[in-house]
Amino acid sequence: MSELYRRFGGGLGTVFLALVGVWLAGMVLAPNVMMIDYALRPNLPPSQIGGPNDVYSLDNILYLANEGVHRAIFFKTVWASALVAFVTFLVCYPMAFWLAQHATVNQTAVVLLALTIPFWINEVLRTLAWYILLAFRGPLNAFLLSLGIIDEPVRWYGDGGVLAGMTYAYILFMLFPIYNAIESLDKSQIEAARDLGASTWRIHWRVVIPHAKAGIATGCVFTFMLAAGSYVAPALLGAPGSRWFTEIIYNWFFEGGDWNRGAAYALVLLVLCLAVVLVTLRIARVSLTEVAK
Amino acid sequence: MSAADRIARALFGFYMVAFFLYLFAPLAIMGIATFNTTRFPTVTPWRGTTLQWFDALWSDGGMWQSLWTSFFVAFFVVITVLPIGTAAALVLTSLHARARSFMYAVMVSPLLTPGVVIGIATLVLWRQLGVGGGVFLIVVAQASFIICYVMLMITARLQRFDPTQEEAALGLGASKFMVFRRVLLPFLKPALIAAGFLAVLQSIENYNTTLFVRGFDTPLTVYIATKVRTGLTPAVNALALIMIAITVFGAIAYEIARRRGAARMATD
Amino acid sequence: MSHSVELDHVGVTFGTTRAVDDVSFTVEGGEFFSILGPSGCGKTTLLRVIAGFLNPTEGRILIGEKDMTPLGPNQRPTAMIFQSLALFPLMPVWENIAFGLEARGVSKAERRMKADELLKLIALDGYGDRMPGELSGGQRQRVAIARALAVEPQVLLLDEPLSALDLKLRQHMRAELRALQKRTGVTFIYITHDQSEALAMSDRVAVMSAGVVQQVGAPRELYDNPATPFVATFVGETNALSCTVKGIDNGIATVETAHGTLTGRAGDGLSGGAAAKLYVRPEALKPKGGVNRLAATIERIDFEGAFALAHGVAEDGTPLVASIASTELATAPAIGEKSGFGFESANAVVLPDV
Repeated sequence: MSELYRRFGGGLGTVFLALVGVWLAGMVLAPNVMMIDYALRPNLPPSQIGGPNDVYSLDNILYLANEGVHRAIFFKTVWASALVAFVTFLVCYPMAFWLAQHATVNQTAVVLLALTIPFWINEVLRTLAWYILLAFRGPLNAFLLSLGIIDEPVRWYGDGGVLAGMTYAYILFMLFPIYNAIESLDKSQIEAARDLGASTWRIHWRVVIPHAKAGIATGCVFTFMLAAGSYVAPALLGAPGSRWFTEIIYNWFFEGGDWNRGAAYALVLLVLCLAVVLVTLRIARVSLTEVAK
Repeated sequence: MSAADRIARALFGFYMVAFFLYLFAPLAIMGIATFNTTRFPTVTPWRGTTLQWFDALWSDGGMWQSLWTSFFVAFFVVITVLPIGTAAALVLTSLHARARSFMYAVMVSPLLTPGVVIGIATLVLWRQLGVGGGVFLIVVAQASFIICYVMLMITARLQRFDPTQEEAALGLGASKFMVFRRVLLPFLKPALIAAGFLAVLQSIENYNTTLFVRGFDTPLTVYIATKVRTGLTPAVNALALIMIAITVFGAIAYEIARRRGAARMATD
Repeated sequence: MSHSVELDHVGVTFGTTRAVDDVSFTVEGGEFFSILGPSGCGKTTLLRVIAGFLNPTEGRILIGEKDMTPLGPNQRPTAMIFQSLALFPLMPVWENIAFGLEARGVSKAERRMKADELLKLIALDGYGDRMPGELSGGQRQRVAIARALAVEPQVLLLDEPLSALDLKLRQHMRAELRALQKRTGVTFIYITHDQSEALAMSDRVAVMSAGVVQQVGAPRELYDNPATPFVATFVGETNALSCTVKGIDNGIATVETAHGTLTGRAGDGLSGGAAAKLYVRPEALKPKGGVNRLAATIERIDFEGAFALAHGVAEDGTPLVASIASTELATAPAIGEKSGFGFESANAVVLPDV
């Protein structure tokens, strides 16, 4: 702190501190604290606020635990997000490996540029693209029908559609950390393993993946968090049976009119994400600073 | 090359093709569907080639209104996040090791928070202060995490700053404010410009957070999402195609500018 | 007349390291003063204390007899030239030079004029609109000097400014800096680890080692009358012969060495019976003559241009170096030959062993 004033002087130093204070206190801390406050208080009409009924309790959170449908959706969301992370990992790993170890500098530059193009486009539009592709009378069904792979059009909306659309959205978040991690692997280690007679499978399992585990952990954690907190993809590509937790939260706010319950559900989502981050980092034995983008 | 190797190579080739197909086919189809006359955007069946949907887009008042709202929000987001993000980066560099790691984690935490949670938390706080959803709340909510990106970019730029320049300036009699204004700030300018562009992009394309704090205002992303739910026509595709085109050209222009800038800075 | 700089019992401690220990000396106004010492001796730390970038743990700095302690670096009448020069890369040369004037609120037109004047002074007329990145090392050097002189400082502080230049350029810049100092009359405090540089340019030199100032004096004084073993060995080449003091008479010490009994000028703090070293320079050793005689077997002769250094070994194994003018190489001893060398007492100094 004294270093700040020493370098910039009293006026400027105070301005900087004030700006940071406004941000961290007013835009990060206070909202979250208020959300927790809402989550723990009951939904009361204005007249009863501050009155005898206004007590802190875990009621709103317990409601989620007891409400069968919501509970099921919550666990479904968790499970599906993990699945998305896993599938995205499978999709990205070979590409990340190839880019890091086998591609020339030019190939890498071109591929990376190509990869970023879909991500410059808004997520709503990206999801729309899948919405069109997966339509019942849409191009994918027409294509598969013409090849004779299927006899009847498939209803892709639902779990399959959501999975496809989400994996698509998070490829970059999974690819980059893994690519960076594998890039630091000395090629001669792989050659040595091959020289000792290890199969490709074993090389990846015992040499590459352990080295890249920080990157893999980062990618998986981010993908999980983004998937769990995603709204557009499940809303657009889902079927009634594949509702997402975020949609319930939204409904509490703008259809159910119970902001306190909504805040409680949001809090549960936040805690879930934080828990996943911490647990995964601990398992992979990675520190938070390595995760910085 | 053994048979196993040949199979592996073929498989990998198949994977590469499938990967890029997976990446670009949806966008290609969305783009091509813009020119089909069918009301629901698709390429099968192809009923006729037309440019009518661009017309429909052009005359869509709601779209223009939401575009204006998005830019309006983006403007205020930029003027908010650049000063605060820079201040955050400067405060961070002034801390010593242990405090710095802690503050860094705190400052990066909004990036680890789901967008919907940021939106909800902001909405809930301001309701207590009597302010409802709308442009103001959108700016506040978006800024809370976009500042993190600015902070990261300015911090990266600061790593390459030579502190003896500040000492030299002081030694010549400059006040500390003058040193900041004439030595440090010009150095940060490229990063500030890049961060500004990033902030605009992040603001315009944000959905999850904006959804909760928008009140009765409708930025572009919300408008598109509503249109998809309630009245999807290839006019939305037209909008998508235009946005893709702008982004691709923007990305290419940025890359060219960056390469030229990097070549110039290498001679410093 | 430029101000004097007085260091009054200055000490600097970093954690457990004593970077500067009880340093006191005065630089006279208008003097070219060097602080000479090996890397890590504390000279840069001392310079930064004078400039105001560092607060001393103890002691005061007085410039022009005014206590500088409460003043920051932008309030002192000093200007500093950094080792890395630290020119502002995003400003053209003239703005660099005029920066100090800008800090004083001088108008743009006047600043431009003053910058152009200085550009003429450093022989870079017309370079005002170029960027620092476009200049050569030597040119940047001169811009840094002009930038410092523009604020008309009382004291100019230079931190090893020539160390990054090649030999010929360095020699040229030495002469230029010296001439500049004489012309402007500004007090120069110059840091270097190159002793020939310090000796050639300075009015007086402070020799520093491990945070302590060993001796302050004119170059000649340091060379002929070193006060401590460090100064004797750091400044110039010397032969150091271990000995025991037999007696001191009228400023001349008689000592017992492996070469026999020798005499030399007695340094401060020398007492009878003490362990000491006798220091005699290579150029003081002559093949013939001299009250004191040494004997050594020549191992090699290094030709250095204007002179040659004959390296030999005495009977007890200690090395010996004698310098032979290149015009006299014809009569030099041959390699492998056992040769005798002599020197006058006045050319040797005996200092206590520390």
